[in-house]
Amino acid sequence: MAKVPVQFTLNGSEKAEFVDSGTTLLNALRDKIGDTSPKGGCQQGTCGACSVIVDGELRLSCLTLAETCNGAAITTTSGLAEGGVLHPLQRAFLDTFATQCGFCTPGMIMAAKVLLDHTPNPSREDVVEALSGNICRCTGYEPIIQAVLTAARANSQSAA
Amino acid sequence: MELRKSYFADVRKDDLHEIGQGRPRLDSPGHVTGKTAFFADRNFPGMLHLKMVRSPHHHARIRSIDTSEAEKHPGVVKVLTARDVPHNVYTILILIQIGPEDETVLADGKVRWKGEAVVAVLAETERAAKEAAAKVKVDYEVLPAVFDMEEALKPGAPIVNEYHGQNYYLYDSGECRKVRFGDVEAGFAGADHVLEQSYQSSPIEHAPTETTGCVVMPEGNDRFTCYTNTQAMFFTLDNTSIILQMPGSKLHFVGGTVGGGFGGKVDVIVEPIAILGAKLTGRPVSFIYSREEEMQISSPRAAEKVVIKDGVMKDGRIIARKVTGYTDAGAYSRHSPYGAQKGAGHYPGPYTIPNVWIDTYCVYTNRTPSSAMRGFGVTIGDFALEVQMDKLARLIGMDPLEFRFINAYRDGDMKAHRQPTEGAALIECMQEASRAANWPVAEKYMAMSSYKKEA
Repeated sequence: MAKVPVQFTLNGSEKAEFVDSGTTLLNALRDKIGDTSPKGGCQQGTCGACSVIVDGELRLSCLTLAETCNGAAITTTSGLAEGGVLHPLQRAFLDTFATQCGFCTPGMIMAAKVLLDHTPNPSREDVVEALSGNICRCTGYEPIIQAVLTAARANSQSAA
Repeated sequence: MELRKSYFADVRKDDLHEIGQGRPRLDSPGHVTGKTAFFADRNFPGMLHLKMVRSPHHHARIRSIDTSEAEKHPGVVKVLTARDVPHNVYTILILIQIGPEDETVLADGKVRWKGEAVVAVLAETERAAKEAAAKVKVDYEVLPAVFDMEEALKPGAPIVNEYHGQNYYLYDSGECRKVRFGDVEAGFAGADHVLEQSYQSSPIEHAPTETTGCVVMPEGNDRFTCYTNTQAMFFTLDNTSIILQMPGSKLHFVGGTVGGGFGGKVDVIVEPIAILGAKLTGRPVSFIYSREEEMQISSPRAAEKVVIKDGVMKDGRIIARKVTGYTDAGAYSRHSPYGAQKGAGHYPGPYTIPNVWIDTYCVYTNRTPSSAMRGFGVTIGDFALEVQMDKLARLIGMDPLEFRFINAYRDGDMKAHRQPTEGAALIECMQEASRAANWPVAEKYMAMSSYKKEA
């Protein structure tokens, strides 16, 4: 099968690979580049576990073709911690018991990050809306919503 | 959260201090950083992808299987049928002597539910495996199917599973699990009111975010490492050992990280065939359910029907309870004979009733095999029992919570299945519920205790 080159930055590092034409960004990240933090829960764009950030926007990587991401800056949950220090969202998910099985967690954190990047002080409704594309079957959504609100407060306090 | 340490104060020697405190989960740091390794996060060079050819019929005889076109498909490495599986007919509970073996790893001569695995295709890519699977030709003779438990139990119903010979699981106690306590008919005869109601439920899918699957690596030392999201690690290892006729020492199972299970990942479905594929090809194998397979193929909670007949007195005492429970196993046993048996032990619920009669049936139909899910065997029964309790309270004009205090089991009471009650706390839970829900009950009920009888 014809291979196509893809080149982008992942969490700040340059990445280049040859993939089969039609390969999803999810499969390129997981199988080629080795970043398994985005998860494949449904492969049809309904569960949100594969969410990543492409040029500042939330994307379902299972519905995004890798070859359309040439030149893009991609962020995944595995790249959020800086120098071993957890991102406020990661800290909040830990502290507020917002994970159980953990499978939806990376996608939830991506969706929450895009929200906080655009809306640093979100309302509860903003959070609910921002997470509406991500499915959790374990903890229920309440601790996750609380984690995002907690992270937003932590952010605004450290900015003040 | 308030802890009422006053409860059982004179029988408690502990000094509880963890409950009500937030404690970090040990696996959370991995979850929030994306470092937790789920089975599908293992990727090995040269890994093959396994796709199943599945039955489009609920019940059919297989006249022939032609895999020749599939084998020629570019990228296909191996095509497996029933004859490739060393011990093809199995049942998972055989490990605890609950037989007979009644299920095939790959269908042999017959399919008994829509979605049953018939042929396994291993290919270089997922896409090639899927395309080749579509080229397998199976010639079916469609047979009459039965989907309703009561229809399945009628004389002349199509036999779902020949390994049983009849459409119910034959316990050592006969066609059902039985509990007999006191004289239930005398109880009904002496009751002020008798109420018989039936309750039923549909199958429920667990829908974990991570679908069922495994990744198998053949190791240099002739062992197979199987990364799996099974919820039943040693059950799976032992059954795989039987199915593949391979000593357990050749199998190395790695798991414990499950992206949601809820009971849906206790069956031994993906591992044996994936390990067989790795053995016959010498290559790593990945077998991961699609979302569609997870919803349609993986075992749901069984559909159940529960018929409850109660004799109740005007003063609130239930004096007789007869329960007939039906568990829809689907086409194969899996964990359902155990679930139906558990139901028999669980009725008549957390209540002390002097006359009890229980029959629970495990019934075979041409539906997706059901299995474990959170409290299976008792959850639907509890729904039925508690709805029935509300109806009984209404019938005699009594507060539904007070009605439950009157009938609640307490330490020392003999249960219908002849186990004396120990460590009951229903009274205390209901007292807390009464406070928390602001649903007051008479003071005499608030003064009751599970382990001290009133003088």
